[in-house]
Amino acid sequence: MFSFVAKRLLGAVPTLFVIITIAFFMIRLAPGGPFDSERAVPAEIQANLNRVYHLDQPLIGQYWLYLRSVLEGNFGPSFSYKDYSVTELIWDGFPVSMELGLTAVFLAVIIGGGLGSLAALKQNRAADYTIMTAAMTGITIPNFVMAPLLTLVLGVYLRVLPVGGWGDGHELKYKILPVVALALPQIAYVARLTRGSMIEVLRSNFIRTARAKGLSEWLTVTRHAARAAFLPVVSYLGPACAGIITGSVVIEQIFSIPGIGRYFIQGALNRDYTLVMGVVIFYGVLIILFNLLVDVLYGVLDPKLAHR
Amino acid sequence: MSVTPLDAVGVAMPAEGTSLWTSARRRLVRNRAAMGGLIVLIIIGALAILAPYISAHAMDDISWENIGTPPDWANGYYFGTDSNGRDLFARTLYGARVSLMVGILASIVSLVIGVIYGAVAGYVGGAVDNVMMRIVDILYSLPFMFFVILLTVFFGRNILLIFVAIGAVQWLDMARIVRGQTMALKHREFIEAAHAFGASSTSIVRRHIIPNILGPVMVFVTLTVPQVILLESFLSFLGLGVQEPMTSWGVLISDGARDMETAPWSLLFPATFLAVTLFSLNFLGDGLRDALDPKDR
Repeated sequence: MFSFVAKRLLGAVPTLFVIITIAFFMIRLAPGGPFDSERAVPAEIQANLNRVYHLDQPLIGQYWLYLRSVLEGNFGPSFSYKDYSVTELIWDGFPVSMELGLTAVFLAVIIGGGLGSLAALKQNRAADYTIMTAAMTGITIPNFVMAPLLTLVLGVYLRVLPVGGWGDGHELKYKILPVVALALPQIAYVARLTRGSMIEVLRSNFIRTARAKGLSEWLTVTRHAARAAFLPVVSYLGPACAGIITGSVVIEQIFSIPGIGRYFIQGALNRDYTLVMGVVIFYGVLIILFNLLVDVLYGVLDPKLAHR
Repeated sequence: MSVTPLDAVGVAMPAEGTSLWTSARRRLVRNRAAMGGLIVLIIIGALAILAPYISAHAMDDISWENIGTPPDWANGYYFGTDSNGRDLFARTLYGARVSLMVGILASIVSLVIGVIYGAVAGYVGGAVDNVMMRIVDILYSLPFMFFVILLTVFFGRNILLIFVAIGAVQWLDMARIVRGQTMALKHREFIEAAHAFGASSTSIVRRHIIPNILGPVMVFVTLTVPQVILLESFLSFLGLGVQEPMTSWGVLISDGARDMETAPWSLLFPATFLAVTLFSLNFLGDGLRDALDPKDR
């Protein structure tokens, strides 16, 4: 197990390197610069600014400089949020984004898994069709359509929930709409996945044995079938995490939530080079770590698979 | 379906069996959801093509008397007007043009790159395959959406270039599928026969491998188009995609979400069009998969 983790972490190094390199040159070669939107300054001051941010050096030199500072754990100062370092901005937004994302993943697994299992147990009956139609809808309608629609009904017409904002971070009513909008597509995917694998597992021999020895249906499903049926869900958690991160970019924008996702879009539009790079690297590491965690978890849960 | 006995047709004529494509078409026609999806797509496609002829107002015509007015059949504003007094019916149809066009365009780019890359990796095999697939693995683990956003920044406002670029990023799944199929085909007798006749590798890949993997590839393309349409709407929603006065469903949904308290129709119509199109494409894709790969049901 240890060597597996070590090998995977080592394998992540070239991936991260590629991420940093592509992102660096793409944002740098994009037309425009970080100071374009501001009042025009005298050439002398502009030259000073460029020197402070090393923008006067050749691109390849800046690239090595950046790589070195990243290795030292320094993501540099933000261009658009004056007096803030990128690291500060990311740590500022991370708790909010994490709370939003983890709640959504949790809901997706619990609700999606529950609904999917229910659909499998009631296969080809009304409950199954209802759940699967709902899941198809959840998958097809993107969250940037779902979020405004939910807000329109619950926030504007019924006035039961606030239409946006995050409050002081402790009030539940601000979190319901964004979390639900973010979780819905994932709940739908997990439900479909669980239904499919549960149907297959319920037909297998060890379930027939469990039933034959007179085990109650509840115990058969929870003790025996669930463990095998949830394996595909576990391996889906990797893509789910990536999907939730992407989704949070939109959701944070729609509900004006102070998370990391918003920084990325604004940073890309304002050519805030360091901020964009910081967010890309941060999320890249997060996705790699999450995928590793999923693989380890999979190895623990699936007795057929042993990491060598 | 009648099976003609071999001896009745004589030796010279081959027996009339049902080819893969014929039986697939039969299965597809019998699938109600897929046919419904296909019909809806044809209707939406026709509406998009005919947009300038069937809408009573031009898509960028501003009517100062009708700013944010609800749908009204009498004055030709079938879907109402937006907050700038422009006809939402015309704008929704023009949005359909952009969304469908970029969806198809990017899918074709990803199709071409993915099929060539996958077929070469699968057919050549060995070290070349290893390196090519390792590259795909690395590209897979990149945070995709961030690169798409960076691409849109990189290419500025050129929507066509952005979608060629998106197609160029989207080919990974296609390459994997094609590689797997190619490796399965490579050792089949008809490929060996072609070899024995002295056909070159290029012509074997082009004439024998690619036509034989068209089934799964077609299914995958049908499922790629909605993904790309979704992506375009996503980018336009964030303000990174199509620019005024041109429009797309993402732009309209974004505008509609802003005005939904006073003009809910400006959100509901484009959102419905987008959702219905995505539904139809998914149904059609699922139907195609069931039709072409009966053992997968």
